[in-house]
Amino acid sequence: MTAEPTIKRPRIWSRLPVIHQLRQSVGLQRGMLIVGLTITGIFILTAIFAPLIAPYGFAQLQDAHGDFGAQDPPGGKHLLGTTVGGYDVLSRVIWGAQTALLAILVAVVLSVFLGIVLGVVSGYIGGWLDRVLVVIADAVYAFPTLLLAIVSAIIISQGQSNLFGGILAAGLSITVVFIPQYFRVIRAEAVRIKSEAYVESAKVVGTGVIRIMFRHVLRNATRSLPLIITLNASEAIFTLAALGFLGFGIEPNSAAEWGYDLNKSISDVTSGIWWTSIFPGMAIVLVVLGVTLVGESLNDLADPRLRTRRRAVGVTTLGTISVQGGGALDDEVVDIDELEA
Amino acid sequence: MSTTVSATASPPSPSVKTSRRKSLTSSPLIRYIIVRFLLIIPTVFILVTMVFIIMRVVGDPITAALGGRLSPEQLAERIHKAGYDRPIAVQYFEYIGQVFTGNFGKSITDGRPISAIIVTYGGATLELAIYALIVALLVGIPLGMVAAYFRDRWPDAILRIFAILWYATPVFFVGLLLKLVFAVWLNILPVAGRASTRTELDLDSLPHPTGIYLIDAIQLGDPAAIGDVLQHAVLPGLALGFLTAGIFLRLVRTNVIGTLSMDYVDAARSRGVSEFRLVRKHAFKPALIPVITVIGLQIALLLGGAVLTETTFEWRGLGFQLVQYLGSRDFVAVQGIVAVLAVIVAVTNFIVDIIAALIDPRVRY
Repeated sequence: MTAEPTIKRPRIWSRLPVIHQLRQSVGLQRGMLIVGLTITGIFILTAIFAPLIAPYGFAQLQDAHGDFGAQDPPGGKHLLGTTVGGYDVLSRVIWGAQTALLAILVAVVLSVFLGIVLGVVSGYIGGWLDRVLVVIADAVYAFPTLLLAIVSAIIISQGQSNLFGGILAAGLSITVVFIPQYFRVIRAEAVRIKSEAYVESAKVVGTGVIRIMFRHVLRNATRSLPLIITLNASEAIFTLAALGFLGFGIEPNSAAEWGYDLNKSISDVTSGIWWTSIFPGMAIVLVVLGVTLVGESLNDLADPRLRTRRRAVGVTTLGTISVQGGGALDDEVVDIDELEA
Repeated sequence: MSTTVSATASPPSPSVKTSRRKSLTSSPLIRYIIVRFLLIIPTVFILVTMVFIIMRVVGDPITAALGGRLSPEQLAERIHKAGYDRPIAVQYFEYIGQVFTGNFGKSITDGRPISAIIVTYGGATLELAIYALIVALLVGIPLGMVAAYFRDRWPDAILRIFAILWYATPVFFVGLLLKLVFAVWLNILPVAGRASTRTELDLDSLPHPTGIYLIDAIQLGDPAAIGDVLQHAVLPGLALGFLTAGIFLRLVRTNVIGTLSMDYVDAARSRGVSEFRLVRKHAFKPALIPVITVIGLQIALLLGGAVLTETTFEWRGLGFQLVQYLGSRDFVAVQGIVAVLAVIVAVTNFIVDIIAALIDPRVRY
């Protein structure tokens, strides 16, 4: 197949992680991936443009006409009603996206960075350092993540929870939980790659240990990262919301946080006030749904047993594909079907 | 052990094969169990140490809990009495020693021994976790098989969307929704709590209460009490159970699809075994092994979820209590409860690994 010299390499954007899978997918899987990407996109845009979209500030209690009522039903001035504390539900839901996105970013960036460094070092160098790190990572991994996050959140925030401190506390406590996951994956890859020929030859040429670790090993160990990142992003939202729900999150006047709003709505639910809980809850569900759909599709596409293949190519379509020539070769799924045909 | 060692060591080369087979059937499992059991110790040790360090970064527990309420002299006196002014290393070794003898100290805010707190509230959490696991298994496994059977057709699509939705909905939001629909709008189930006040009083008057209300209600022999306890358990059990059911569904589906493409399933298919029977008989059992392993990992998730579910439904278990103690900054109580939970998780994982090894010989090492 590669013998033909005229075949162009696929364009750079079609080799990017998510775009590649999007082109590779078919049918239901493609639908799931597109829905997931759309929801995630809307979430990110909402987070960025929250100040423009939200009708009121997240901690605003009154406007020119006076105080907002408490527990007002949806409609009129407040499209989704007001909370028991007198906040506008719609505004807090929209601003909440910003808090969630920031927490995800902090958590994922920190845990990816620390997990990767530890994983590569531990996997490549090995020895007692490796053993100790593996035992610690396993111990942390087996522990109820939420408890760990709560305990770390209390320690990190020390009771004071403004926007920055609160998000950092939530992000860091999620990081503690996630590091072992990245560590395990990257370490396993590093151990495998360590014995590859190109690492051996780099050693022979006299390349330094640090350079081998981060240029030769790390570059080739990041295959499964996009998948774990999407899965962890949704877990980060859960953890942030759970921290808020238990009362260890961010204060309402520092930032809008969905979990906190849900906590305050427990007593509303008992008296039949539904709008204070349904909307922040739906926001969490939608964001996690979007991110999970992306992750789930990537997972299925990465596993040949689960990947739905393009339907068996009929005689007529086979003709069109062969006309396409090099273009069809971009897509490995079609390759397989062609080989089978 | 000693017999197998001598058996592998002594025989001359021709009989090596038979002796190896013998040792494969008897000793590796025992060795695996011992190695796996010994691995619990560092796990628990690391977690307890970690909790200790994290808790002491803040300062001493007495100032944390009673800071604003006592004068500095009173604080200093209590700190001295409790020994928190000694070097941290001394405190640490004392604490480790106490943990290994099962003594977790007394809570600062209400002065109760941690072990008593765990006995009193542990039953409630155990009860909730068991209900949830039953719901998860009853819902997740059959639906996962259905999804695998209808792979990539509409029942599969609907089930997978449901599974993702279940996963995407935080357990406390599920709890609030269930409350809203069944307790407030339809008004057929109680809103919160483990039993109505009258039943609780009756149950407390038992000579030997277990803390597991269903067992206590059966002890009481009052059908109304049993009904009351069960009614209260429905919503929390469902909320926590759905969390795990979605995971089981996806796992069973993936694994059954995986085993369905195995050669022996193809062989059975070519003998004319129906597709339904293939899923139910041939592909199901090997697909269960990962499920069993995952149940072990779910224990940690269930305990975390229990904290949230208990808060949502005011279910007075260990998680509910833990949140109360965290709120009042009673770090001795928190440290004790978290340490016990760590031991529970480590031991369950051990048991699950042993079960997996008994079922699947490939797991042993």
